[in-house]
Amino acid sequence: MTPPETETHPTGPLPGGRALSAPLLGREDEPTLFELSSPGRRASSLRTTGLPQWGADELVPASWLRTEPVPLPEVSERDLAAHFTRLSHRQYSVDLGAYPLGSCTMKYNPKVCDEAAARAGFANVHPASPPFLVQGWLQVLCELEEMLCEVTGMAAATLQPAAGAAGELTGLLLMRAYHAARGQDRRKVIIPDSAHGTNPASVTLGGYEVTTVGTNARGGVDLDSLRAALDEDVAGIMLTNPSTLGLFEEDISEIAAAVHEVGALLYYDGANLNAILGVVRPGDMGFDIVHLNLHKTFATPHGGGGPGSGPVAVSARLADYLPGPRPVRLEGGGFSWATPELSIGRLHSWHGNALVLLRAWIYLRLHGPDGLRRVAEIAVLNANWLRERLRGTYDLPYDRPVMHECVVSAASLERETGLRAIDVAKRLLELGFHSPTVYFPLIVEEALMIEPTETESPQTVAALADALVQVAAEARAAGDAASARQAPRTTPVRRVDEARAARRLVATYDQRP
Amino acid sequence: MSAPFVPHTGDEIAEMLGFLGLSSLDELFEAVPAALRLAGGLDLPPGESEADVVDRLDELAGRNRAVGRSLVCFAGAGAYDHEVPAVVRSLASRSEFVTAYTPYQPEVAQGVLQAIFEYQTMVARLAGLEIANGSLYDGAASLVEGVNLSVAATGSHRVLCSAGVNPRWRSVLGTFARGPGHEVTTVPLAGGVTNWAAVAGDGPAGAVVVALPNFLGCLDDVAGARALAEATGARLVVAIDPVVAALLTSAGSLGADVVIGEGQPLGTPLSFGGPYLGLFACRAADVRRLPGRLVGETVDAEGRRAYVTTLRAREQDIRRERASSNVCTNQTLMAVTAAIQLGWLGTAGLAEVALGSARAGRYAHEVLCALDGVEPISTAPFVREFALRLPVPAEVAVDRLAEEGYLAGVAVREGFEGTEAEGALLVATTERRTRAEIDGFAASLEKVIR
Ligand SMILES: Cc1ncc(COP(=O)(O)O)c(C=O)c1O
Repeated sequence: MTPPETETHPTGPLPGGRALSAPLLGREDEPTLFELSSPGRRASSLRTTGLPQWGADELVPASWLRTEPVPLPEVSERDLAAHFTRLSHRQYSVDLGAYPLGSCTMKYNPKVCDEAAARAGFANVHPASPPFLVQGWLQVLCELEEMLCEVTGMAAATLQPAAGAAGELTGLLLMRAYHAARGQDRRKVIIPDSAHGTNPASVTLGGYEVTTVGTNARGGVDLDSLRAALDEDVAGIMLTNPSTLGLFEEDISEIAAAVHEVGALLYYDGANLNAILGVVRPGDMGFDIVHLNLHKTFATPHGGGGPGSGPVAVSARLADYLPGPRPVRLEGGGFSWATPELSIGRLHSWHGNALVLLRAWIYLRLHGPDGLRRVAEIAVLNANWLRERLRGTYDLPYDRPVMHECVVSAASLERETGLRAIDVAKRLLELGFHSPTVYFPLIVEEALMIEPTETESPQTVAALADALVQVAAEARAAGDAASARQAPRTTPVRRVDEARAARRLVATYDQRP
Repeated sequence: MSAPFVPHTGDEIAEMLGFLGLSSLDELFEAVPAALRLAGGLDLPPGESEADVVDRLDELAGRNRAVGRSLVCFAGAGAYDHEVPAVVRSLASRSEFVTAYTPYQPEVAQGVLQAIFEYQTMVARLAGLEIANGSLYDGAASLVEGVNLSVAATGSHRVLCSAGVNPRWRSVLGTFARGPGHEVTTVPLAGGVTNWAAVAGDGPAGAVVVALPNFLGCLDDVAGARALAEATGARLVVAIDPVVAALLTSAGSLGADVVIGEGQPLGTPLSFGGPYLGLFACRAADVRRLPGRLVGETVDAEGRRAYVTTLRAREQDIRRERASSNVCTNQTLMAVTAAIQLGWLGTAGLAEVALGSARAGRYAHEVLCALDGVEPISTAPFVREFALRLPVPAEVAVDRLAEEGYLAGVAVREGFEGTEAEGALLVATTERRTRAEIDGFAASLEKVIR
């Protein structure tokens, strides 16, 4: 399978300008753009300006002037199109197939949102334009804020955070401002041991210490250990509900009461909001601060790792601390910006990831209240159906009905056959599915966290279940995991040597040995 | 029922519920205490068809003034109207890139991983440093992370930040500095460039931050910043404009330890301010403190070249409360876009964009400063952006010139209160600005200030 080191070709082994589909069809390496480069070739041409043709040395003082240009690839437009198209063929995506990564809510991303975000009337608007030039944008942002407040049961929101983790840190800084205004310097934030890694990392950056509480036998927060941890030094608790186990926190009212009793605040990690849209709201559960992941619940595309958007909504008592400027309605009509009185300051270079916010606005308008509730219902239906189909094949820790995702375990399989969660994941890739999230949450051994989402049809969910069952059955039939360990065999590359990447770091083309 | 992307038919739902031994969808939510459940449903506008929503979007978009022929853009301040060709838009909007998740399974994510690797290479070259990460949220986030890296590396929370750094980024730094307790001192400008002498001899520091060019467009005193960093034991963080950087000696060779910047000029439209692209580069010695994702080259089980996210032990999902940063989702699509845009430009093209922007800057400066009552606030060298004092408040000029078909610039207010630059008009140019546009702009400005 390995291609020969040097191929015969008129212009050398890795010539510039070679456009053929071998990387797709033959699992051949795709050269980097640097290797495709041919000195002097170019794709770009620029506008004719009629300006005086001053030289760089006339425009930039000699002491600042660059002597060598920044070396970049030199390719034709055709090379560029071929290269990135070939790369795109080496990439899994939601548009291609199911992407059941737990906690990530990889649902279908409506095309109408992308088209709107590409319109000049939204995309070509300068962020520093005075308000009278951007009334349409301000209305979108105002309405989105209002709709997100209604969905979460909160009073006010900021749209600035660029992703969930930025929202978390925002929430923690709001917590800090709230306590400081009461003359309190609380030092601890409580987090369950099932929490996502961004939670503890944000707590540290928020200037707090992490106190971890355990999980009880039903998969909820252990109330005794929570009560033991609660005191006047606790600023708040960060909860994901449903949790990263996909379970609704049954004791949420007791938790909220206990936390509020010591004067601390409840923070809601909204990564899993998809499960409860229109069913129950964080505000009604007693939460004070909520972040949302628009790139999950509200179907904005994830872009291979962003952009996301992580708005933060708060209860009335925290509204004055929100970051500014915020979009506001003016009396007598129209929209502008205003900064809350006790604002913690800005969080973003401008107004947040506006084109992502626009997509969420569209998603909300397409769905309305009934549509959103149906989203939650079917997301939960798919997850529970899938989980029941896996009963008997995988272990089902915390065995009770789940919400939008389920966490199953390959621990028994591993003991019986040596098949680990990672092997299941890699074998699934061969069977045509993206793998679930593996080894998270940390409290479940050999965890496979599966989130089908509501946009996958019953047939797709059944095929995913079949594939997961097949992988386990193969190992049980063989009595070992030898075959699955070889997976994947049909992907653009086989298993990747991660240890070597870290040991012999090559993070740029120039660092190649 | 408007749930346009849910494929399940009524029969299918009934069958799935039957398999679970349930008779209604409501029963799926048994775990939610009845007292908490939303009784009347959400109070939101009813769901509408795509066609209806598109009608609304037409109306909303019509109430925004996009830059273009009818609103020629001279606004910058961190967001620039550069050429983005069809091929870049087309390739960057391929759904394989747009609808992928973070590359957790490298075997099926080589496309995004390799594109990030190429991006990292180009950013490192632009910065003149060895390492660049796979992106951060925006310029402001890169500033915060650059300061956090510097503080972690030096153990000093004292940050000496030039007042020439973008004031909104400084505001973001101020917001986030409260958590870890950084003490940020803003070092004032004099004549458009940082007066480092104002803080010399004040003891050790963790970070010295300077922008090249600075917010007012001036080529700032990086040598002074380097000297101060050495004297105080600090890391030097330099904020670049990636287009102007193509004309200047690289920040790395000027002594930057960390290079940050706003990558929007590299293929991302103005987008009302986001999503943009946080550029971040550092020295190899600091790679274990690098925030965010880093893609490395390695091999697969058959020895073929492959890419994977690496040095993951820095990151939040593994290191949790001791992670180098909390960033998880970043701005990968904008990084991929930048790689495509830089590939389209090539060595010569990027240099031409920078030179074209500088020519337009010089010409605009000449014709605008020739107007009666218009004066530059500084005589320091600039490249593509400069601040002018007008005989009318800058905001008034911006409002009136919009009616004339020009987005005249950005009023300098926030972060410059009480300084010589307060109330000035910040004017920016790109390679897209023509002589006719600049002449027309000057004529209209003359009318407005008369
Ligand atoms: C439970 C949970 N919390 C927080 C986050 C962080 O969100 P983001 O990646 O947008 O920063 C994620 C997603 O990765 C998550 O799954």
